[in-house]
Amino acid sequence: MQLFRRLCAALTLMIMAPVALPGWFAAFAAGAPTPWEIGMQPAANEIKRRIIDLHDLVLVIITVTTIFVGVLLAIVCTRYTAKRNPVPSKTSHHTGLEIAWTVIPIILLVVMAIPSFRLIYFQDRTPNPDLTIKVIAHQWYWEYGYPDNGDFSIESRYVHDEDLKPGQLRLLDVDNQMVVPVGKNVRILTSSPEVIHSFFVPSLGVQRYAIPGRVIETWFSVDKPGVYYGQCNQICGQDHSRMPIVVHAVTEQEFKAWTEQTKKAAQADVPAGSQTNLLAATNTMANQVQR
Amino acid sequence: MADTTHDHAHGHDHSHDHHDHKPGFVARWFFSTNHKDIGTLYLIFAVVGGLIGGGLSEIMRAQLQFPANHIVTSGQEWNTIITSHGLLMIFFSVMPALIGGFGNWFIPLMIGAPDMAFPRLNNISFWLLPPALLLILIGLFMGESGSGWTLYPPLSNATYESGMGMDCTLFALHLAGASSLLGAMNFITTIFNMRAPGMTMHKLPLFIWASLVTAWLLVLSVPVLAGAITMLICDRNFGTSFFDPRGGGDPVLFQHLFWFFGHPEVYIMILPGFGIISHVISTFSKKPIFGYLGMVYAMVGIGVVGFVVWAHHMYLSGMDVDTRAYFMGATMVIAVPTGVKIFSWIATMWGGSIEFKTPMLWAVGFLFVFTIGGVTGVVCANAGIDEAIHNTYYVIAHFHYVLSLGAVFSIFCGFYYWIGKMSGRQYPEFWGRVHFWLFFLGVNLTFFPQHFLGLAGMPRRYPDYPDAFAGWNYVSSIGAYISGLSTLVFLYVCFRTFTSKAHVADNYWGEGATTLEWTQTSPPAFHTYSELPRIL
Repeated sequence: MQLFRRLCAALTLMIMAPVALPGWFAAFAAGAPTPWEIGMQPAANEIKRRIIDLHDLVLVIITVTTIFVGVLLAIVCTRYTAKRNPVPSKTSHHTGLEIAWTVIPIILLVVMAIPSFRLIYFQDRTPNPDLTIKVIAHQWYWEYGYPDNGDFSIESRYVHDEDLKPGQLRLLDVDNQMVVPVGKNVRILTSSPEVIHSFFVPSLGVQRYAIPGRVIETWFSVDKPGVYYGQCNQICGQDHSRMPIVVHAVTEQEFKAWTEQTKKAAQADVPAGSQTNLLAATNTMANQVQR
Repeated sequence: MADTTHDHAHGHDHSHDHHDHKPGFVARWFFSTNHKDIGTLYLIFAVVGGLIGGGLSEIMRAQLQFPANHIVTSGQEWNTIITSHGLLMIFFSVMPALIGGFGNWFIPLMIGAPDMAFPRLNNISFWLLPPALLLILIGLFMGESGSGWTLYPPLSNATYESGMGMDCTLFALHLAGASSLLGAMNFITTIFNMRAPGMTMHKLPLFIWASLVTAWLLVLSVPVLAGAITMLICDRNFGTSFFDPRGGGDPVLFQHLFWFFGHPEVYIMILPGFGIISHVISTFSKKPIFGYLGMVYAMVGIGVVGFVVWAHHMYLSGMDVDTRAYFMGATMVIAVPTGVKIFSWIATMWGGSIEFKTPMLWAVGFLFVFTIGGVTGVVCANAGIDEAIHNTYYVIAHFHYVLSLGAVFSIFCGFYYWIGKMSGRQYPEFWGRVHFWLFFLGVNLTFFPQHFLGLAGMPRRYPDYPDAFAGWNYVSSIGAYISGLSTLVFLYVCFRTFTSKAHVADNYWGEGATTLEWTQTSPPAFHTYSELPRIL
């Protein structure tokens, strides 16, 4: 059933945009957008897989609906022209039709709604987080806090065009990536000290606003080691387009090594006891997140 | 819609009995109490607003045609341009055209009323708009309104958007809101109280029903926007902290207030369009609208349910999952009455005797593109999918399909349908068709590829993007230039229309045009219905 739906969706996409065929195959690659992409970035975890599956289902329904409407219009516009049908009919009611076009859309909506409700409950949070990362958005960079792995934080800024090394992606690569262990459930807590931003990584199927005065919880995991790109997705001032996100999933040993190394470096830079007030504040707020 | 007959033997008013002197220029155009003149003022204003807003969009698409472009030189400048584009198109083009323009012109004409219930209030409703436009332009030229049309604090607060420009923008919305509110009250009173004898509610033409539901939506939602804007102005200038957590406030409160207005607002923008499409399809198919009551109650249903779905714009703002589940379910419900309307319009055409004059081209085009826009709305309604497409170009594609293709198609449809009635001169059919096809090609080319960009993750409100998004952005920009060209064709159509010599008949569309405005001369007398028609 899954495969059938995927095939239908693939067929639909191919009908809609034949020019994108080369891009379609290339899209099964990195956690980054690819040229001429016509569908979602491929899934790097279960959340995104389910999003893509639901979208495939909905896409088939809406494409069939649109084509159906288009075909009806084509029929009506050719068969009932004034030339071919000089005397218009006077029919203005048909109870059966009116019931059908009310009930059938309701059925289609229920068919969509069932997996859709299940998805949002799955996406909302995980009951078993393996670690928590605090995502604090600033104008115009991200700060990632690791309370469970040494209580340090790193700042992540985009690589300016002039400083790009070969192979780096413009407006996507950063100096310090958010490193996470592969296969673990990562609880994300977002917040911001100033304006609203949004933490958005398409290939991980995760997005939440970072809003001053509140802490929002969500989660993701990553199936395979690799680099997954995202961008700030809520208008936040002049460099809104210049605060990308890079999630780098590594093996557990590599993650341990990285946390040790980064914790030492952070402690060397920052005198003890002078953590940013915000990190302390979100500690308090996070501890109050009951559910 | 119901057949209306009347015992008016002649096609024109007996206004030559009493002097039909029109007032002098200043009295007529600045101190008007005439619904037709005020309607004309609104329509001209809507064209001006649309040209400025559209011009901004051409700049935007030029900037986005290539990555790392330098047409717009700073992020702040970009943010101000996109904000102004949105506000101008919504409040200074679509709403004035559909509600102020066609609403004022045709509500009294269609219900057999000599004018609106409050003719002088009608005038101030219009004249609030030019100062409002000026204030928006001040914000634009000062480069200080960089929050997006949604105005979310804290970005719109004094700390992050200091300077007078943002306050000007907010005050402009107060003026525009007051204009809409007064107009809506006028419409409701007129439609409820001034229908000609025999015109019961269930004989009302569908454009009147559409305008009535729209007016109710305005009356109930605009005050909430006004409250939110006032609170924001106070936060900015008077030391309050409604939306500042440091003073116990909450940015999400603004989002709730804004979208409680914002969601009905989008139905406000499309419902009058639905009314126009119903009239045009009925006229050119020479058949009454299929399922009149279903159409009426679909519009009422869309209006009512439209009030309880606002937080589908806020799925990512930290609301509880059960709350999101509710809003998702309620939002999906709106697809049902909307689908009823699309199928009823097609059923109206079925068995008809269709002539494809320019208004009908726009109406049929509307049915197709609005279906596309509507179904992508269903995609966005699913909060789970929305997690991956919120604030991306998918959302931009969705709302431009329903607005720039849906509402704007209905505006052009109304223009081509009624310009002969309003001005007494007809548009050139050939150039009308050129306009349609060029615009149809242009806007589809502009906005369809944006679905792909959004699915692939391109965020909105970005002046520059990762290189992978370059391909579809280039295509979209070409589409924008074609749409821009088609606007020049439209201006040429206007020129040819207003300089044409031939004068048109009372009812130049024939047997399919059955509503009361077609019993009046083209243009109608300055004062119509000095004697009320009687509807049988």
